[in-house]
Amino acid sequence: MDPAQFFAASRVLIVAGKGGVGKSTVSAALARAAARAGLSTLIVEIEGKSGISGLFGRPPFGYEEAVLHPGGGPEGAADVRARLLTPDDALLEYLEDHGLHRVTRKLLSGGALDVVSTAVPGIRDILVLGKVKQLERSGGADLCVLDAPAAGHAITFLRSARGLLDAARVGPINTQAAEVLEMLTDPARCQVVLVTVPEETPVNELVDTAYSLEDEVGVSLGPVVVNGRYPALDGLDADPATLLTGVRPPDGELAAMAEAAAFRRHRAALQAEQVQRLGTTLPLPQLQLPFLFSTDLGPVELEQLVDAAVEGIGALDALPER
Amino acid sequence: MASSPLVPRPPVGDPLGRLLDERAVVVCTGSGGVGKTTTAAVLAMEAAHRGRRACVVTIDPARRLADAMGLDGLTDVPARVEGPWPGELWATMLDTKATFDALVQANAASPEQAAAILDNRFYRNISGSLSGTQEYMAMEKLYELHTEERFDLVIVDTPPTRNALDFLEAPRRLTRLLDHRLYRLLVAPGKGLGRAVNVAAQTFLRTISRVVGAEVVDDAIGFFAAFEGMEDGFRERAAAVLALLESDDSAFVLVTAPRRDVVEEATFFADRLAEAGIEVRALVVNRVHPRFGSASPAVADQRAEALAGGPLAPFARNLADLSAVAATEDAHLEGLTGRVAPAPVVRVPFLDTDVHDLRGLDRIAAHLFPDAARRLGER
Repeated sequence: MDPAQFFAASRVLIVAGKGGVGKSTVSAALARAAARAGLSTLIVEIEGKSGISGLFGRPPFGYEEAVLHPGGGPEGAADVRARLLTPDDALLEYLEDHGLHRVTRKLLSGGALDVVSTAVPGIRDILVLGKVKQLERSGGADLCVLDAPAAGHAITFLRSARGLLDAARVGPINTQAAEVLEMLTDPARCQVVLVTVPEETPVNELVDTAYSLEDEVGVSLGPVVVNGRYPALDGLDADPATLLTGVRPPDGELAAMAEAAAFRRHRAALQAEQVQRLGTTLPLPQLQLPFLFSTDLGPVELEQLVDAAVEGIGALDALPER
Repeated sequence: MASSPLVPRPPVGDPLGRLLDERAVVVCTGSGGVGKTTTAAVLAMEAAHRGRRACVVTIDPARRLADAMGLDGLTDVPARVEGPWPGELWATMLDTKATFDALVQANAASPEQAAAILDNRFYRNISGSLSGTQEYMAMEKLYELHTEERFDLVIVDTPPTRNALDFLEAPRRLTRLLDHRLYRLLVAPGKGLGRAVNVAAQTFLRTISRVVGAEVVDDAIGFFAAFEGMEDGFRERAAAVLALLESDDSAFVLVTAPRRDVVEEATFFADRLAEAGIEVRALVVNRVHPRFGSASPAVADQRAEALAGGPLAPFARNLADLSAVAATEDAHLEGLTGRVAPAPVVRVPFLDTDVHDLRGLDRIAAHLFPDAARRLGER
């Protein structure tokens, strides 16, 4: 399907996955792919230290919005911007918006916030999601990509709205939770993209997370991103020693080639098996992003990932009518 | 093939084995998704091979790992894992709430006090979701198992936290909560809201009620009132746990993977541990790409270009790709290995499959311990 159509399907894209699967890299790649398709995109990060700014070759960003990749160019791309939104930032903003700035300082001093957030578990999460909802509503960006906390925190994080409806049965937090839940469960407003790597345990965990999110939160799941798949490289099956035509390379090199080829074939086969298993256990479309052998991840590598994402989205079937 | 980079080359001098022989507590720490739980299980199994009575406390083992140890219904009561070793291997899974409940019961002055706390909704929230409670309870469990003296060695996996020292700070966080002015206000003379609470506090509580609802505030007041008198017990216990972790009986093993972001987190962990006066005793790097041949990435790349178009082209390209990734991983790890020096650095390559059984743990052990490599070779 057309990437512009894909990214316009909902204004909020929540990217979630277990630590170590490259969730932040995927958030960056999807954001930039959307911007290339002409949608102005805002990345919202919660935990800091994700390395997203480095992928764009920019210095780290904070609470204030920063441009990571300006729009323009022959493709008519839009901006990619980003901001950091910690739960404490969100709480402060919330209190000030509700005319409670006088108690704010008291709450923050010496851990009263701990008392409140213990009394109301999930309050920090709901405030972040509430802020995202506000960003969605304000229309400041065509697409808001939320780099969610690592799973299993992702489930807790997204479940916070439902939990809070119970814990705080009246008052502004209750209203906030109800509104956040409305956003999370409306596929025209919000989708969750789960990220994994093509290995056994991460795939199992992704499948479990997908079902819990659908059952317990009722979110709509977008395609699953399989990150870090070795790119196909044909012609590694033979013994290199049998293929010699001209000058014979040193024996050490031939042996290294044979071993490296065996390693690559073996890992590629394992990955293919896991990708296939994921496809049969979880009936969601897949976007595959390549493992990059080259060097550090920076702007050049990011664009390679974006190319792969755009290509993968192009190969998806059009969205069914909801 | 003897020269294969996939043949285990455990570190000479067996530094990890010495840790297992000498220490009473090993804490595996690091960010999520780096194989910490598996590493903890391998260390415990190896300790059993070395004749020790070892118990591993896992936080949230992947089902495969629990299955691998033959512990389908892993619970918070240690279960014995049978195997071909002279020592003992036990495994248990942390049950945060049960551990916290037990701690409350042990510290309560009366069964009634314990019951009042355990029934309180604010308490149930604390035991389920106060940030750091899981970390706190992991350390509490560790301490409990250590002091029981049923085991020579307790190995604990830490929760996949972003905050390096949550497990050290969580006990303090709870005591800080209990020490908080708000708490003292709530249980001020006269117990409960009522007459003794001053006007400012009333206003404050009313404001909080406006935000989160009055019920929530009532629950909190009920909890703090019920908890009265137990803070000292909790504080002493938390101090004892910290003292154990900081003592020479304990060793911290940092687990990581060679990816840049993960190494950055691990470096942050190492720094924070150092600030807390805790040394990293070993660094285990999982999922390392092996290095094939001896050519540098630049040379391998030149060869790939020279051989392009010929029959060896894909082989040369692949060798160059894998050389590049191995070199990149080394570069990522350089700063961290310097930071934790003189702690030994042990690399475990990508494994063929996940761990499905004890043999799977053995295969990893062969990369960590010379004895285990020998055992694997003899089979």
